[in-house]
Amino acid sequence: MDRLRKEWVLNAVLAGALFAVPLWALMSDEPFIITLATRIAILAIAAVGLNIALGLGGMVSFGHALYFGLGGYVAGIAAHHAFHGTPVLGLPGTNQMLPIWAIAMVVSGTLAGIVGALSLRTSGIFFIMITLAFAQMGFFFTLSWPAYGGEDGLPIFMRNQFPGLNTARPWDMFLIAYGVLLLSLGLFAMLRAARFGAALMAIRQNPDRAAAIGISPFGIRLVGFILSGMITGLAGAMMADLTRFVSPAMLAWTMSGELIVIIILGGVGRLFGPVAGAAILVGFEVFFGGLTEHWQFWLGLVLLAVVLFARGGLVGLITGRARNV
Amino acid sequence: MSEPILALSGLTRRFGALKAVDDVSLTLVPGEIHALIGPNGAGKTTLMGLISGRIAPDSGTVRLVGQDITRLSVARRARLGLGRSFQVSSLIPDYTARGNVMLALQARQGHSYRFVWPVMRDRPLWQAATDILARVGLDTRASVETAFLSHGERRLLEIAVALALDPRCFLLDEPMAGLGSEGTARMVDFLQELKQQAPILLVEHDMDAVFRLADRISVLVYGRIIATGTAAEIRANSQVRAVYLGEEAAP
Ligand SMILES: Nc1ncnc2c1ncn2[C@@H]1O[C@H](COP(=O)(O)OP(=O)(O)OP(=O)(O)O)[C@@H](O)[C@H]1O
Ligand SMILES: [Mg+2]
Repeated sequence: MDRLRKEWVLNAVLAGALFAVPLWALMSDEPFIITLATRIAILAIAAVGLNIALGLGGMVSFGHALYFGLGGYVAGIAAHHAFHGTPVLGLPGTNQMLPIWAIAMVVSGTLAGIVGALSLRTSGIFFIMITLAFAQMGFFFTLSWPAYGGEDGLPIFMRNQFPGLNTARPWDMFLIAYGVLLLSLGLFAMLRAARFGAALMAIRQNPDRAAAIGISPFGIRLVGFILSGMITGLAGAMMADLTRFVSPAMLAWTMSGELIVIIILGGVGRLFGPVAGAAILVGFEVFFGGLTEHWQFWLGLVLLAVVLFARGGLVGLITGRARNV
Repeated sequence: MSEPILALSGLTRRFGALKAVDDVSLTLVPGEIHALIGPNGAGKTTLMGLISGRIAPDSGTVRLVGQDITRLSVARRARLGLGRSFQVSSLIPDYTARGNVMLALQARQGHSYRFVWPVMRDRPLWQAATDILARVGLDTRASVETAFLSHGERRLLEIAVALALDPRCFLLDEPMAGLGSEGTARMVDFLQELKQQAPILLVEHDMDAVFRLADRISVLVYGRIIATGTAAEIRANSQVRAVYLGEEAAP
């Protein structure tokens, strides 16, 4: 009980800080900090998605950049056609975030279904390599696809719209990202507590046992993988909304690695692990990136320390081992 | 004799040159405990694997209540009513004893694609799991994570999970292993009760327990069944005494 209460306090602190810091920045007129917090929130959403596959299901996908990038390209392409007034696949373009997000989730979920169906027959290192290979295919495809900018990427000239808010203002953009982050965390908590989550976490720990009691590991994992890809795809579309730019870099393997790093830093399978991890990663990039261009080396050392001495990441370090059903 | 719940015919499985299971046919009929005995490496666990679907046979068939299940997946067979325990305890380590049983109940109901309602607030499921744990005497340990249960408690939890599946038959691989005399006595009583619910195919090395419990005994040696019969018949069988029972069964 005590561990559980501690974790809720930590979660509240993290959620509060991620809101309070940009609020303070709003008062003191520091738009850069607001946008930084928005970036943290969006990366955290992407990692919440990966946390379903990796944290709950034990599926170490080294290719989630594929869904992140795909979501980004959905946003970029829709806005591109809206700007030029040309149709795409017979439909008009749009610069409205809500329909763009819906399409991004459907598209990335569909692709996750295909990749999952083909790769979930394998496990361990083979699974890691196959997911990476699919993401690399996506990366090279966007690189060599001139219609949408190829390696130069695709700019979004006017920021996409959200009903009732002025998305050109950093604070409004932050509110959107923060709201979606809370929703995605709620979804994660709900899935984890439901029968589906019980089955998925059981399969991670002992797939033979799950099968022996009649729970087919493949089907449960596949659904988990699809949900995971959808959330990460949504985050990709939001990142494109924020930066007003998409490029093949969103699908690069380093992006997949970054999402894994976020989860390991924050705490694998922990509800607020992605939030803590994204804050650490972006914080590192900003503070140490200003001091030395080798900040990634120092991040690597921190990562090593976490893997060796604090397997539960930041959340685990503060609140102890996760407690299950 | 009534129709068998489980019927194996001509099951064979090779590992390289080794015939681990060689042309095995046997039946499990309602109300019985059918014990499978044999020396180490005789192929008992392999045979259990062929029945549960973890291992594919080279030839032969497995029928459950008349239905050919030879080609079905492990999970499908479990849903059709094969309840098995493992020779080495194999539970969900991070889940509590109750969590393990609740998962089995959920699997039994076939409702794992439920995404909204929290399982732990599912009162009927919770209560059903608690009742099953009480039946095996683990109710006081319901909230303990499985990794922290003793060896004997885990063996009982294996049985509780099998009970939760409410199967057509039980496949139990050495449920007494490592239990000590008191634990074994308890398990013997318990299996007597369990067979009222569904017949049991029991792999066991503890001969006292086997002779007390089994309605029929099959002896497996080098993958082949060399004799099947009642306890008295098996004790009297000279071939069995020569290759397996040795001194132990001498009057
Ligand atoms: N996966 C495998 N690959 C190769 N050989 C195997 C495999 N599994 C089992 N064997 C061999 O098949 C034979 C039968 O093994 P099995 O585990 O079924 O015996 P058992 O009767 O259960 O023995 P025990 O009483 O020790 O549990 C043994 O010689 C074993 O080495
Ligand atoms: Mg064995």
